[in-house]
Amino acid sequence: MTPSDPLDTARQALWDVSEIDERHVARLLGRLTARDIDTGELFFQLARHESWALEDGAVKSGAFGVDRGVGVRAISGEKTGFAYADDIALPALANAADAARSIARSGAAGSVRALARGQVPARYADADPIASASESDKVALLRRIDAFARSLDSHVKEVSVSIALNHETNLVAATDGTLSADVRPLARFGISVIAERNGRRERGFGGGGGRFDAGWLFDTDAAEDYAREAVRAALLNLDAVDAPAGTMPVVLGPGWPGVLLHEAVGHGLEADFNRKGTSAFAGRMGQQVASELCTVVDDATLPDRRGSLTVDDEGTPGQRTVLIENGILAGYMQDKHNARLMDTASTGNARRASYAHLPMPRMTNTFLLAGESTPEEILASVDQGVYAVSFGGGQVDITSGQFVFSATEAYRIDGGKLGPPIRGATLIGNGPEVMRNISMLGNDWQLDQGVGVCGKDGQSVPVGVGQPSLKIDEITVGGTRA
Amino acid sequence: MSEVAERTARIDDPDQAAAELKGLVENILDQAKRQGATAAEVSAGDATGLSVTVRKSELETVEFHKDRSFGITVYAGTRKGHASTSDVSPDAVRDTVRAAVHIAEYTEEDSCNGLADADLMARTLPDLDLYHPWDIDVADAARQAEEAEAAALAFDSRIVNSEGVEVATGRGCHVYGNSHGFVEAAWGTRHSTSCSLIAADADGMKRDYWYTVGRAPGDLEDHLAVGREAARRTIARLGCRPIETGTYPVLFAPPMAAGLIGHLLAAISGGALYRKASYLLDSIGRQVMASGITLAEDPHRPKGLHSAAYDSDGVATRAKAFVENGVVASYVLGTYSARRLGLATTGNAGGIFNLDVVADTRPVAKLLHEMGTGLVVTSLMGQGVNLVTGDYSRGAAGVWIADGEPRHPVDEITIAANLAPLLEGIVGCGDDIDRRGNIQTGSLLVEEMTVAA
Repeated sequence: MTPSDPLDTARQALWDVSEIDERHVARLLGRLTARDIDTGELFFQLARHESWALEDGAVKSGAFGVDRGVGVRAISGEKTGFAYADDIALPALANAADAARSIARSGAAGSVRALARGQVPARYADADPIASASESDKVALLRRIDAFARSLDSHVKEVSVSIALNHETNLVAATDGTLSADVRPLARFGISVIAERNGRRERGFGGGGGRFDAGWLFDTDAAEDYAREAVRAALLNLDAVDAPAGTMPVVLGPGWPGVLLHEAVGHGLEADFNRKGTSAFAGRMGQQVASELCTVVDDATLPDRRGSLTVDDEGTPGQRTVLIENGILAGYMQDKHNARLMDTASTGNARRASYAHLPMPRMTNTFLLAGESTPEEILASVDQGVYAVSFGGGQVDITSGQFVFSATEAYRIDGGKLGPPIRGATLIGNGPEVMRNISMLGNDWQLDQGVGVCGKDGQSVPVGVGQPSLKIDEITVGGTRA
Repeated sequence: MSEVAERTARIDDPDQAAAELKGLVENILDQAKRQGATAAEVSAGDATGLSVTVRKSELETVEFHKDRSFGITVYAGTRKGHASTSDVSPDAVRDTVRAAVHIAEYTEEDSCNGLADADLMARTLPDLDLYHPWDIDVADAARQAEEAEAAALAFDSRIVNSEGVEVATGRGCHVYGNSHGFVEAAWGTRHSTSCSLIAADADGMKRDYWYTVGRAPGDLEDHLAVGREAARRTIARLGCRPIETGTYPVLFAPPMAAGLIGHLLAAISGGALYRKASYLLDSIGRQVMASGITLAEDPHRPKGLHSAAYDSDGVATRAKAFVENGVVASYVLGTYSARRLGLATTGNAGGIFNLDVVADTRPVAKLLHEMGTGLVVTSLMGQGVNLVTGDYSRGAAGVWIADGEPRHPVDEITIAANLAPLLEGIVGCGDDIDRRGNIQTGSLLVEEMTVAA
């Protein structure tokens, strides 16, 4: 496959088929700004997805979908008008533009700069996960992994395996002269098993993915590793004892437990909440908001990662943004709208679930940089506490700063040593307080396996998280054993 | 505003919109047959909407929604494939059907697959009275939102910021059809006003919200009252004090109680049962809740937000109890999951349709006195519910009760228990029934949970 210019690919997929060209688009942008509109934008999208699922030993369902449309946004001061069309055709587009600009009733026409294409190094290959393997191979893979998981342990009773493949072609044209496209692959594999022993049943998960085609499932043992992980977690939980309740030291493992950063500081540093003063971090730029050990980064430029973006959904190149440096609040994640109102520049964090949704400042891959302690030293430093290595998800109230994340694999720590596994428990804390309570960082930094989904205002986008092992001196653990 | 009128005109005549959509569905079914499917079913929707947000007295966003899409499931004997698209052009219809047929060439035989039996299709379609359009334009919606926010901001000077008031209206038509010859349309409207606020004191900022929703504009709570209730709830979060980790009785306020009932219904749903992913396997006839509590479904409730004459398989819905006096009377089943379990569908493909928690209710003040010392939960966070084991552990905020009286708000705590003893330990139901959700219940008082602080 020869590398192609995403803009040419996108024009072909989104404009040529509807006999639309750059002159039409320029005219539509002019129509959008015929009143007192600061910025107008057209977001063209073609999104294809395919999924296959196995349960009860057979691949019983498969689905394919195509969504195509245009989102039209007009901004006047703090006001946003938004409409979309599910067919890429000039009359529908003109209609959507008229609706979007209706936030401004009168006034002089805004300006439209000549469209200019930007050059950005690609953060992932121009690959189509859906076309990258045959249907028979995908089905055979799911069956093979099902049989493999069952062969690992006789207590494995139920196995569900799924593969989800996406291919997205986006093109942004805006009155600030932006003309930018991105062609994004996204693949995800997941396995869930239920193990049963002595009448007790427990579930375990494994999975991974990223912005590449399905090749990693066929060329490596990754799928077998995900299956081993799911079986291991389910069997482990069969022996889990009641989790403790109360405030105690907690050690988190590397990688996926970075959901801590996503909830404790990530959302709170999205620009919209800070512009509006609704975040617990609002107005604290330059202040100490985490222990000196902590440097937190949002990085869209990591190659092939699930949260990576060559350009964001406003056409701004994906970037690496330092959010917290040595404990000091250093930056927010910006989109163009909030950056303009806050008199700064976009950090390339504008994301939208689809053409039918408004973009917002969102995270990409968010992580905490490594420290110097070994994981053994960290564990040994805790007398009584909890060691948590896998999580089912989290949530934050950005205003109070309170956040939760739910452990699905955790252990008691007794006298600096790993104790028995404990039942799932939710941890709750206050973002800035918990970050100040981070007293040790490991040298074992990892990113997650590539399965994260972040929700905000009803919009889901793929994200990545990461961190080294770390110690929180004090956080509330929601077990049942008071 | 002319643009709004223009953009919603096509669906102003619901009969015409339904006829158009039915034509599309019949055409798609016909295509499926011509492409070799032995059976097929199609779900198609056409919806428009407007949402207007005002924040700090200024118009913030105006969003026009217009969604048209369809999904088709084709069967090749007992194999199936699914495809969907937002493109309803003839070419896209052909390609989408082809994609579904193609998928069905690779999936495996499953004798449980296929349409529901023809004699289960809804024959008579009761008038559910679900279509009550709200002809509000952007300016009027913005004015209502601004007034609601002004009422909220005037409620108490400690309301220091606003996340805005949203006024939203939507109307839509949905058609389900299958190759039994069943092709029916349902249309409905949904309107809402929501208000989200921030209060602050020396300890920092707290956020809360309130909303109203209904099929008819006249069924909505007054917009000024929505603003004031949001303000009252937000102010009530100020002044949190710490509590001791321990085991206490807990009263779930109505929206939280509905969530608890939702976990039980999920655990007796077909998908969880045939995957053995439930703590309530083989639970028909078993006591799973406190006796005296019945969970009754009322799918044909006029103007009900979750009313439907048929489920997503076309099967007629009917009133019934899932739990009767604490004992499981029926699982929640669609055609496929029922066949997997060797049972008959309960007409619940796609979920439940208006569920009432029926019990002897008492005033909440009385429940608080019975409770003595404990916690009222008004807000929950996170996903810490494991339906395989019933283990429950979630972040919470609420009000601390001592000697039957509210003392002070609490937050940054967790509540934990196992759902089995938790639901069997419900000792009281409040008369403060919240009518907004699919599950309608008053407060529920449970005997004991671990509260970590």
